[in-house]
Amino acid sequence: MTITAPLSSAEHAAYLAQQTPVLTATNVSVTYEVKPPVEAVKHVSLTLNRGEILGLAGESGCGKTTLAYGLNRLLKPPALLTSGSVTFHDESGEDIDVVALGDKQLRAFRWDKVSMVFQGAMNSLNPVISIRAQLHDIFTTHRPAMSRKEKEERSAELLQLVGVDPNRLGSFAHELSGGMRQRVMIAMALALSPQVMIMDEPTTALDVVVQRGILREIMRLRERFNFAVVFITHDLPLLLEISDRIAVMRAGEIVELDTAENILNAPQHEYTKKLLGSFPSLFGERGDFVRTGITETEVGK
Amino acid sequence: MKFYVRRITFYLVTLWAAISLNFFIPKLMPGNPADIFRENLLRQGGEITPAMEQTIQLLFGSPDDSLWEQYTRYWSNLLQWDLGVSTTKYPTPVTELLAEALPWTLVLVGTATVIAFVLGVGLGAWAGWKRGTWVDSLIPGSALLQSIPYFWLALVLVAVFSVNLGWFPIIGGYSAREFRAGPEMSWAFVSNAAFHAILPAATIVISSVGGWLIGMRNMMVATLSEDYVTTAEAKGLKPSRVFLTYATRNASLPSLAGFTITLGFVVAGSIVMEQVFSYPGIGKLMITAVTQKDFALMQGVFLVITLTVLAANFVMDIFYGLIDPRARQNV
Repeated sequence: MTITAPLSSAEHAAYLAQQTPVLTATNVSVTYEVKPPVEAVKHVSLTLNRGEILGLAGESGCGKTTLAYGLNRLLKPPALLTSGSVTFHDESGEDIDVVALGDKQLRAFRWDKVSMVFQGAMNSLNPVISIRAQLHDIFTTHRPAMSRKEKEERSAELLQLVGVDPNRLGSFAHELSGGMRQRVMIAMALALSPQVMIMDEPTTALDVVVQRGILREIMRLRERFNFAVVFITHDLPLLLEISDRIAVMRAGEIVELDTAENILNAPQHEYTKKLLGSFPSLFGERGDFVRTGITETEVGK
Repeated sequence: MKFYVRRITFYLVTLWAAISLNFFIPKLMPGNPADIFRENLLRQGGEITPAMEQTIQLLFGSPDDSLWEQYTRYWSNLLQWDLGVSTTKYPTPVTELLAEALPWTLVLVGTATVIAFVLGVGLGAWAGWKRGTWVDSLIPGSALLQSIPYFWLALVLVAVFSVNLGWFPIIGGYSAREFRAGPEMSWAFVSNAAFHAILPAATIVISSVGGWLIGMRNMMVATLSEDYVTTAEAKGLKPSRVFLTYATRNASLPSLAGFTITLGFVVAGSIVMEQVFSYPGIGKLMITAVTQKDFALMQGVFLVITLTVLAANFVMDIFYGLIDPRARQNV
């Protein structure tokens, strides 16, 4: 099988030259061992730079989430990482080979270096234990030296960071709204000041107003703490707005990888053009509202 | 706090309703305890003298009393723990018969039910956690155990272990030969009773553990694919923490609800087993009462069953509230 590199541009190469990578995935393939086997991610190579937002766009089932889980080795059978390497370039200068980590090292690596915010805003919190217990769990596991008082203070501080009243620490998931739950999840993801945060459709289950509030929060927090974000969504216009670079995925491959600006103004791959065209414009002629897939991008050019 | 006050009020009202029903339902049944008692007496060759007739009226109440008078007297008797006199074992008070039978059933069936539940849920959680490995081969076996009729299993166990191998006693709650005076508080008696309890308890455990195991295993597999379990794993939590607090605690909720119901039937549900092993418990007492039309005893047995069902439900309700915060709020 030939591996075709994703379409890209000179601007993209110039942009990359100025950045330092924090996470490098090389030639990653993931197969679901069902009958017949499904190759969900095919020889994907991707670099995430320190402090940038990398958008991962594509339709449902194209392998976005599988790729993200692969980066953190969260895949469960029947999904299997069949090839590739994932390297994490720590702030300290040390390189961590994620694929080679043992169970214990892997647990220590997770959340401390790479944290995640999941798709299901409603189901990511354990319904039977309080928010406090779930936040404290993180500290108990990764920072065993912290006293109860320190954990409590840090938890309150985290909730404040994401705009949730610290009095909510004793609440349970069912007592919070969808937006609040997702904010709590983001607070949890921030708990250990990770260098990378993988966000898998963090706002999909929320309405647009709450979505906007949460996105603003993410942007603000990223500027403050300078973590890199892999932002997964099928909402390309959203990515165009927030990301530095965008990878467009289709059928397990990254077909185009470029700066957000180039994706918007000069998409090269047919599929990218189609994706861009599938979102209606708020301006222009009445006819433009129809999803032709062509008009929009040509206007863009 | 409000949750508990509400639950307690609810149970008090239910208790009142159950006890009242326990009074009214036998009244609606055909037959009259006083008549049955007279017939029994006549059949045994007795004679009904006017003095005897007066005693009968004192015992069962005058037929001229209004329902309300009978009802209030029933309550006042009940509060004095007086449930009348058994006609089959005349003149033993019903309370005495119940007090003799209840500990046997409670200890044997109660312990066996709890053991079956803990074992089944524990194994089920583990089998769910290890899904896709050799542990899955436990499932067909437990499905088979689950489908074995329980009286048949009891008979097979008696045939194999008591009759053929002679390892265990065939019937009874204790050796009547060694303890002629009846139950006593001694180490020898307790160990003798425990020895007699092994086969009946094994019957209950073997026939119900499979159901718990399968139910729990399936819930566990479903729970493990929940997002909060993936989140817990992504958080790098220890597998033991993920297993207990994130997966098992959530997956065991339906099993616990089922356990509430089962616990309620601990006293009533052992009739067949007690019959097979001639075990001196409540189930055997109930069969006696029903076949002999011993109304006072029947009422007493039903009352005890009702009370245990309510008590078991109450305890499990409170416990459920402790482990599932949602139950605390929405009831």
